[in-house]
Amino acid sequence: MIGGHGAAVSLYPRLAWYGFRRHATYWAAALAGAFTNTVFGVLRAYVLIALWQARPGLGGYDVAGAVTFTFLTQAFIGPMQLFGGGLDLPQRIRTGDVALDLVRPASLQLRCLSEDLGRAAYLFVARGGPPTLVGALLFGVVAPHSPAAFLLSVALGVVVSFGWRYIVALATCWVMDDRGLGVLSMVLTTFFSGLMLPLAIFPGWFGDLARALPWSAMAQVPADVYLGTADPARALGFQALWAAVLLALGALMTGAARRKVVIQGG
Amino acid sequence: MIRTYALLAWTWTRAAAQYPLSFALMTVGGLVVGGLDIAVIWVIFANTDELAGFGLTEVMFLYGASQLAFSLADLLFGNVDRVSRHIGAGTLDAMLIRPASPFVQVAADQFTPHRIGRSIQAGAVLAVGLTRLDVPLGRVWMVPVMVVSGIVIFAALFTLGGAVQFLLTAAPEVANAFTYGGAMLTQYPLSVYDARIVRGMTFALPLAFVNWQPGLYVLGRPDPLGLPSWTGLLSPAAALTLAAVAALAWRAGIRRYRSTGS
Repeated sequence: MIGGHGAAVSLYPRLAWYGFRRHATYWAAALAGAFTNTVFGVLRAYVLIALWQARPGLGGYDVAGAVTFTFLTQAFIGPMQLFGGGLDLPQRIRTGDVALDLVRPASLQLRCLSEDLGRAAYLFVARGGPPTLVGALLFGVVAPHSPAAFLLSVALGVVVSFGWRYIVALATCWVMDDRGLGVLSMVLTTFFSGLMLPLAIFPGWFGDLARALPWSAMAQVPADVYLGTADPARALGFQALWAAVLLALGALMTGAARRKVVIQGG
Repeated sequence: MIRTYALLAWTWTRAAAQYPLSFALMTVGGLVVGGLDIAVIWVIFANTDELAGFGLTEVMFLYGASQLAFSLADLLFGNVDRVSRHIGAGTLDAMLIRPASPFVQVAADQFTPHRIGRSIQAGAVLAVGLTRLDVPLGRVWMVPVMVVSGIVIFAALFTLGGAVQFLLTAAPEVANAFTYGGAMLTQYPLSVYDARIVRGMTFALPLAFVNWQPGLYVLGRPDPLGLPSWTGLLSPAAALTLAAVAALAWRAGIRRYRSTGS
């Protein structure tokens, strides 16, 4: 069974490539998204500049750091899918197509992850590039502290983001209203990822809690690795830990879903 | 026109009421999403007493006024930004041959009553801000005027966004930068932004007339850029001008539209 073995090895990279190509088809939509992300980045940058002028050095960032933070987190919206979505799963659960997905001889979770990594790779360039470039031209952004650690941190952030979105999507099997779950997930992700404000300036125990939650691995931590305001080894370890926890939880839920789904024959 | 709109909106409301739990959850969802903005403002003012010269109460007043206007405009006219989907699906053709205004039909289609959750949240913030501000009675009449002007300005922006989609059918999100971007821009005192942006928002795209100029009048504060204090009173005129431009753009879009005939 040499052929069969080879197919299994190349399946996931191939799915990642398909995910990349699929999103690359909709380049106009990606460009429009990047435009919107950039406009919001400019608005957010001014608010943060006003705050940092009142409180220089707040949260360990200088003004240039705060501006860079803003455009980086805006750049993460696409690849990290911070507003939720990006997976076909809820749609397939509602239509019942998920029954087919669950009986296929390859892990549903790993197949979704591969496609999602391909999607994220495309959107990192298409929706991450423009806001960062415009931010650099208008306000000036600082250079990455350690590019290699930053890219690794972005990749881990995508895995954490996928782990979370997969759990939310699969929960549709139990909670029939996926829109309500989507709103809840969006609220948690946009606020606790650091997209709206750096978690470093959240006050007291609330800040400690926000920085320990998995959402911080999606924007705050990669931005800190970029700026050099976090120890890279500790930051990457934190992200890897949450990635492992969320993926394990997702795998458990996949097993439970497989037992729960009843295929109506015919 | 208003009767047609009310009839269509009521039909969609009754449809939404068939799923009361979903409806309640989405309304609460709107309240929570709006609550996030307040959480952000709270975190900012946990770190500073003043943002670009304005205190927490004043920012709450400015935020509440603009978001109340935006959320009501979004409730009533937000679905105009779905026009590219109607073009893509061919449903715009059906609207054009019906004996009712296509604009009313597009605006009322998929009317989403749970968006009122955002308005409730924004209204509450505005009320709290106003009661803590002690605005003299001689200037408080401006508050309803500015909210209504704001609704007209944002509704005109949604319409302009819809009109642009007759040209940009593949990238309707571009319009979001102006509608939702306008809502984001007016959350904070405009003194936060660069003077060039503020001038653009005063003389080109009149977002400064949503809550900034009339807000300065209500607060009795001088304009940082030196415009006279009666500038805020021009809000209704600015709103009507933008509405006229939007109406012309929409008509041009409809005239330009060529059905694929499929």
